[in-house]
Amino acid sequence: MTYTDRQQKRAEIRAMFKSNVRRRLWVDKIVVGTVIVCALMAIIPLIWILGTAVYSGVPALNWEFLTGKPGAVGAGQISIGPAIQGTVIIIALTSLIGLPIGIMGGIYLSEYGGNSRFAKQIRFFMDVFMQVPSIVLGIFAFLAIVLTLGYYTVWAGAIALSFIMFPIVARSTEEALRMVPWTYREAGAALGLSKMVITLRIVLSQAKKGILTGVLLSISRVGGETAPLIMTILGSNIFFSGFDSSTDALPLRIWRLSLQPYDEARIAGWGAALTLVIIIFAIHLGVRYFFLRDKSGKGLRGVLRG
Amino acid sequence: MSTVMTDRSATITTIDKPQTRYKMRTENINIYYGKTHAVQDLTLAFPEKSVTALIGPSGCGKTTYLRCLNRMHDMTPDAKVEGRVLLDGADLYDKRIDPIYHRRKVGMVFQKPNPFPTMSIYDNVVAGVKLNGVRNKDILDEIVEDCLNMAYLWEEVKDILKKPAMELSGGQQQRLCIARALAIQPEVLLMDEPASALDPIATQKIEETIEELKKDYCIIIVTHNMQQAVRCSDYTGFMYLGKLVEHGKTKQVFERPVDKLTAKYVQGQFG
Amino acid sequence: MAKQWFKRDEKEKKSLLSDKIFKFAAAAAGAYVLAVILIIVLQLGIESMPIWEEEGIGFITGTDWNPVPGRESFGAFPYILGTLITSAIALAIGFPLSIGIAMLVMIIPKKIGQPLGYLVELIEAVPSVVFGLWGLFVFRIYFRDLVEKPLHDMFGDSIFLFGGTPFGLDIMTASIILAIMIIPTISSISREVMMAVPQQQREAAYMLGSTTFEMFRMAIFPYSKTGLLGASMLGLGRAVGETMAVTMLIGNTTGLRAIPQSLFDSSQTMPSIIANEFIEASPVSLHPAALVGIGLILLAVGLSINVAAHFLVARMVKVNEGPIH
Repeated sequence: MTYTDRQQKRAEIRAMFKSNVRRRLWVDKIVVGTVIVCALMAIIPLIWILGTAVYSGVPALNWEFLTGKPGAVGAGQISIGPAIQGTVIIIALTSLIGLPIGIMGGIYLSEYGGNSRFAKQIRFFMDVFMQVPSIVLGIFAFLAIVLTLGYYTVWAGAIALSFIMFPIVARSTEEALRMVPWTYREAGAALGLSKMVITLRIVLSQAKKGILTGVLLSISRVGGETAPLIMTILGSNIFFSGFDSSTDALPLRIWRLSLQPYDEARIAGWGAALTLVIIIFAIHLGVRYFFLRDKSGKGLRGVLRG
Repeated sequence: MSTVMTDRSATITTIDKPQTRYKMRTENINIYYGKTHAVQDLTLAFPEKSVTALIGPSGCGKTTYLRCLNRMHDMTPDAKVEGRVLLDGADLYDKRIDPIYHRRKVGMVFQKPNPFPTMSIYDNVVAGVKLNGVRNKDILDEIVEDCLNMAYLWEEVKDILKKPAMELSGGQQQRLCIARALAIQPEVLLMDEPASALDPIATQKIEETIEELKKDYCIIIVTHNMQQAVRCSDYTGFMYLGKLVEHGKTKQVFERPVDKLTAKYVQGQFG
Repeated sequence: MAKQWFKRDEKEKKSLLSDKIFKFAAAAAGAYVLAVILIIVLQLGIESMPIWEEEGIGFITGTDWNPVPGRESFGAFPYILGTLITSAIALAIGFPLSIGIAMLVMIIPKKIGQPLGYLVELIEAVPSVVFGLWGLFVFRIYFRDLVEKPLHDMFGDSIFLFGGTPFGLDIMTASIILAIMIIPTISSISREVMMAVPQQQREAAYMLGSTTFEMFRMAIFPYSKTGLLGASMLGLGRAVGETMAVTMLIGNTTGLRAIPQSLFDSSQTMPSIIANEFIEASPVSLHPAALVGIGLILLAVGLSINVAAHFLVARMVKVNEGPIH
């Protein structure tokens, strides 16, 4: 093909190109509009929920409501003292079981397991187990503990919730430990320290922010769980009365209140919901503010034309 | 007549006869990456139907500069481009015009071959053409054959056009990318070290391709490889630390460089 | 790297006992998850044995639900169906929205995109029971009056989907709440997999003169489709296991009545029937075993969905390590 031929041909093809740019840019704008609507459709419910919780929940909030024990519905006085107390106890016990296992598991994955097949399998099963329907964990704790002991106990609830907590803690601990530069470990080894001491004294303390982040997020996740508590701690109208009897918890109390057809119950339900949401969001925002500031938005680099 | 570029010169250096037609020119281009001043006050013009090579040590800003000729920096959040890039007299950075109007006229081949992995060889070539609304199968077929021919790839792939592009070798992939860029019938072709990741045979093929293409296009090629610049370019610009140090006919830049730094570089004393 | 470590340790011959114990404890903590999964599966399997012996495969296909002693008959089919329907609708609504959000966060400047992404993640932090409360007292009222009733009035006779009389406690409301709840999971993971598409792929699309949307269609979606599928599976897994919000909104019918005839019918899911009946089930009947059996099915469904999802997402990550870069 000669030069002029080619010139001509290219001109022909260019002429065939439709000047559809304007239309395509319009389509682009419509798509952008659509995705903005998508975001709104997710954000609006969030704001609506939080707004309702504040609007309907604030009137219920007072000292008596937060610390008293639940009276009979209809008497006009409902309190969530036992529920708050129960949630605190259950989170403490859950952490007692879940944190050591989670942190040690994280240490194993990061410091010992590395990329071995076994470690990979553990990582995989932890990720999968994290997503297991939580009510199944409740059934298990009921069968294994409540049925064996013959009474509902806060321990059963704590064990069920620890199953949710430990994989989260393990995976986040692993991530945090991996961020600690290898030289720290080498420096420790050069001093003749044993690996246990290096891990516990040097590596762990270097990664404490990351670990704490994971721990707090797992607590916020566990604190809102309801389903596994139904058949393990049952719920109660009185303050904590020992490890051999049923206990109350905030999310459980919210559910029970929602089942009652009285206005006071509904208002109290929103009060309890607001309390729970405040606790959980405080943890989230706190973690965000104190720990994740510099790390945030890491994934956003190098994106698209602005 | 040939003069040496000095910085701050607002006038375009004429390298050739005064009647040389310039396809593309940049005026006082400054590019910032965050706080880094990556390209400083670069003024340069690219004649039609010629190959201009940009050489310089790594980090001298040549790739950064090349990318601004196609508004690729729009995608990097931290990058900021100042100055004018004129394509046939129209400013690429005119805010009123969407960059896609210009990108249709400026094709680009990247350092690493980047065919669309999920598409067939055929679909890769026509991807850009289809965007422009051409759907006629016969025309598409013709374009594919034509562009693959121009990219020296047709003979190797004509029987496997429906196979995934990822089954090609690295050199073939790169030539496929050239064909893909040519298919949108650009007027300017930017090449960012197109042969850096390739073996000598593939490199040679690509250089042959460039030789052929220059009859038609204004080609701007960034390269590390000075031999390559000597072999395929008509003009050469030497950049150092974000500045254009010297610019002229390739022969002159390599044989009788005016600037000491250029002399050192082309003699291989640093970089 | 790890080897170097051991060398140093060995050189000094100071492999203390405590070190060994520590390593063993760490490995045990890691292996704990395997033991837990195994024990849970076994426990649920053993405890649900009576119902499998009594009903056989009919437990999965049956539709009866009668815990009255003497006339006991249990079939889990309606709840399996209810779970699948609500999750499928939730996914059908939640997936496109999530992809949209992920796209938006990718195309807008970081300064807005970051807080927006965070806001969406906060949805995940809202406890399920609070979603349920909002759905029960607020959302279902508006949704019933503003959406369901008009739809029912207009199409109730012609389209079976809108047939049932809207009450607000139905498949549709539960599914919509579920859709909102799974958005954070899907959108954050799909954003991750879309971000994992190499920059060169996007540049290739832009170079050809594509608009942002065309770039997504040409470079990002085809490249990340496996990962996006995985993201939606993770969302599905979450929807299948979600208990409280669904329990509070689905109307909780049992037996044949739990098989919905329209979108506005009440139903029941596997988690919701467990939540509703577990503590009330008489220990001397087959009722608890039936509920544990449903738990076992739920566990199996949940595990398989998540295993599949993780394989898909992992494959996506592997692809990125490949030669395409």
